Amino acid sequence: MAQYKLVKCTINGKETETMVDVRASLTDMLRNDYRLTSVKKGCEVGECGACNVIIDGECFNSCIYLAIWAEGKKIQTLESLLGPGGELADIQQAFIDEAAVQCGFCTPGFIMTAVQLLETRKEYTREELRKHLAGNLCRCTGYENILNAVEKTMLRRLGKL
Amino acid sequence: MTVGQSVPRVDALDKVIGRAKYTDDLCEKNAYTAKILHSTIANGIVKSIDVSEALNIPGVVKIVTCFDVPKFLFPTAGHPWSTDPAHQDVADRLLLTDRVRFYGDDVAAVIAETEVAAKQALEAIKVEYEAYPFVLDVQEAMKPDAPQLFDAYPNNILGHSSIRRGNYEEAIKEPGLTKFEAWYETPTVQHCHIENHICYASMEGNRITVVSSTQIPHIVRRIVGQALGIPWGDVRIVKPYIGGGFGNKQDSLYEPLCAYLTTQVGGRPVKIDVTREETFVCNRVRHAIRSHLISWVRPDGSFAARKLECYSNQGAYASHGHGIAAKGMNALPQLYPCDNMECDSYTVFTNRPVAGAMRGYGIPQAMFAAESQTDDIAIALGIDPVEYRRKYLMPAGYVDGFSKNENYFDTFNQCMDKGKKYIDFDRKFKEYQKQTGPIRKGVGCSVFWYNTGVWPISLESSSCRMVLNQDGSVQVQLAETEIGQGADTAFAQMTADALGINFNKVHVISTQDTDVTPFGTSAYASRQTYVGGFAIKQTALLLKERILKYAYELTRMPSFELDLVEGQIIRKTDGRVMISLAELATEALYSMSHSEHMTSESTYQIKSNAYSFGCCFAEVEVDIPLCKVTLVDIINVHDAGQLINPALAEAQVHGGMSMGIGYALSEQLLFDPKTGKTLNDNLLDYKLSTFVDHPHLEAQFVENFEPTSSFGTKALGEPPVCPVAPAIRNAILNATGVAINNIPMTPHILFERFKEEGLI
Repeated sequence: MAQYKLVKCTINGKETETMVDVRASLTDMLRNDYRLTSVKKGCEVGECGACNVIIDGECFNSCIYLAIWAEGKKIQTLESLLGPGGELADIQQAFIDEAAVQCGFCTPGFIMTAVQLLETRKEYTREELRKHLAGNLCRCTGYENILNAVEKTMLRRLGKL
Repeated sequence: MTVGQSVPRVDALDKVIGRAKYTDDLCEKNAYTAKILHSTIANGIVKSIDVSEALNIPGVVKIVTCFDVPKFLFPTAGHPWSTDPAHQDVADRLLLTDRVRFYGDDVAAVIAETEVAAKQALEAIKVEYEAYPFVLDVQEAMKPDAPQLFDAYPNNILGHSSIRRGNYEEAIKEPGLTKFEAWYETPTVQHCHIENHICYASMEGNRITVVSSTQIPHIVRRIVGQALGIPWGDVRIVKPYIGGGFGNKQDSLYEPLCAYLTTQVGGRPVKIDVTREETFVCNRVRHAIRSHLISWVRPDGSFAARKLECYSNQGAYASHGHGIAAKGMNALPQLYPCDNMECDSYTVFTNRPVAGAMRGYGIPQAMFAAESQTDDIAIALGIDPVEYRRKYLMPAGYVDGFSKNENYFDTFNQCMDKGKKYIDFDRKFKEYQKQTGPIRKGVGCSVFWYNTGVWPISLESSSCRMVLNQDGSVQVQLAETEIGQGADTAFAQMTADALGINFNKVHVISTQDTDVTPFGTSAYASRQTYVGGFAIKQTALLLKERILKYAYELTRMPSFELDLVEGQIIRKTDGRVMISLAELATEALYSMSHSEHMTSESTYQIKSNAYSFGCCFAEVEVDIPLCKVTLVDIINVHDAGQLINPALAEAQVHGGMSMGIGYALSEQLLFDPKTGKTLNDNLLDYKLSTFVDHPHLEAQFVENFEPTSSFGTKALGEPPVCPVAPAIRNAILNATGVAINNIPMTPHILFERFKEEGLI
């Protein structure tokens, strides 16, 4: 029989609590209980990265992260990036400008991986960026324009573009 | 003009902020979950199913087995229906089946309150099978003693078609000919869209609504009607944003079953959310095709005669069937015209997952055989492979008698010139031929041609509706679907130009709903920009005529002296702005004397097709002791006519190249010879190209305005995948002198070949 547990955590800056099935993944909790539908399900076993969210500053596949492990954590999904007046984050604008979006299903996970990467404030080569982004799969773009979007945002943040 | 500009995608904003809604995002939280029980034998019958234990699991609502479902055989292919029975797709599927034909066939379905309960129930169902011998290999399946999948198809042959041109047997007697002969093997691969297929169904009144991740809503409506034996109008299909399709979702997948299941629980919503493992096994795959190509070549390189046999592995059900092998076979005589040809293609049932449509529809397989042999011939005769192609490829002015397609320009040479220059082919090709040592480099090239749409084989028509708002903006609806390729953006650009309004005044309704969206057959055959363009232009002109007629009432100027330009009604004689479209639209709606809602709707039936062309040049580095290929550089050059949106066109080419790279080097589904089970049904063991498997992907274009198209455009969706694998293969040949005729060119394959050729 299902067992339930109360999970209190901060999601996109807001303190929340909900009862979850102890077997539920964080993906399930975010999608079903909080309707944060940017968290996409592509494989549910940590292969594709479509469900990536940031937990206490680190990017995770939320599909292989139990919801109950989120207790006391700060969780950030793509929905958190939009400013109060609807302002886009630089990385979101870059995905639009570089035509890095096609079907859009991998886009939220890619942007969250990129957010964590960009927050290191380091300058990576294109080859290094490829390695850091390799946990996310995309079938539409060949990754080319995603790389351009992340690289340009990185260089802009570092004042080099 | 907006056509030709790289405007941002109309759906990009919603997609980067997570607001775009896909099927699962729209499904009610209280929907039941349905899970499908798949067979654990590759061939045989279900003798009995015991669901008693499964029904006792808390949360299980209902279990439906293969013995419960209606027996309406239905076809699944996403083709336009034909009213001529001879041209209809093969109806060989049931919602669930007791005659199992592959490991993973659908035998029962559990409806439960939760996913966990549904999964537990699947494990508790007991099935008794009678297993028959099974066959996985395409040519084994054709043998007289092979297990038979369908009584109606002796030797498992679903389809056989031929080309006979000239006299092959006589032609090969010409003195001085050299014979080139090889077998080429291409693998079973899967589309791997990141969103798995998903659908949910519910009822309103006596009608069934299915919301589905599909490329083809109107076709799915017809198939659901056929599968359930209900009037087609009782079915409503809604297609929201989808996370990729690539042809897999150009089939009716689980929509019919889902529609049936809702009828079994009083019309309550039921969701089928396919797992990644099911996507690999129980959806569709690309046909593995084995080709045997013989060329009789004169000393100058010209073809005296050619013979081609293609054996296409259909898997367990007909789906798109023989169309794919036939299309691949038909590519060769047009690519390299030759007076004496004998071609035969066979599509053969085996006990493997079902093959259907996939980006390229038989052409990637055909180009691997054709373009591999092109290089073998050129190199054996000491002719530069590009120069060889210049001499013997389809010439400018060539017209195909069947499709009436014409090669209007010197496109192949224009494309190859660009590709050659980028990769520095001439210098590198010669230099790399002289290498020794363990690490060697190579360059290679390949070309392809592709049709645009399906005329004259099938119906081509597109319908469009435009509705004018009070502010002079317009809603546009087409049945042609956005599946990630950027169709909505291209349609908005074409509408803006055809009607004479600004791009930001066009609102393309992305969601197709068969209750309200005009009829059309949707996303396949790289058709939408071409066929949609006609419907858009025709409908825009009808709306414009109506607007200008009304403008006469407001301006007292004859409509034939008026025009609509950038949202303004202009007097053509002096260019004066008479009234804005916004003012006119508001007046027309609210006028106390003549109120009129300005709309237009029309169908355009397309009776033309267009050749799309291109090439790929690749550079590789081969580590001979490790038998490992690293792709160093790659370029595709395409002539897709005028580009509607260059940035999106380029992005589309990147994606196709990526799929081609995986096809060449890493992707294949493997099957257990002892059981028929798919061995690598997940994204760890199936080697889809990742971020680190690619070099920079260079995409360039030759923009020859296609004269048959309203906007000068032609196919681009599928073409980029077509030439990639043979270009990489030919680069390996240049590097090592070893011809590899099996893809994917993994270390396993290279090891065998390098050993045979004495390299290791």
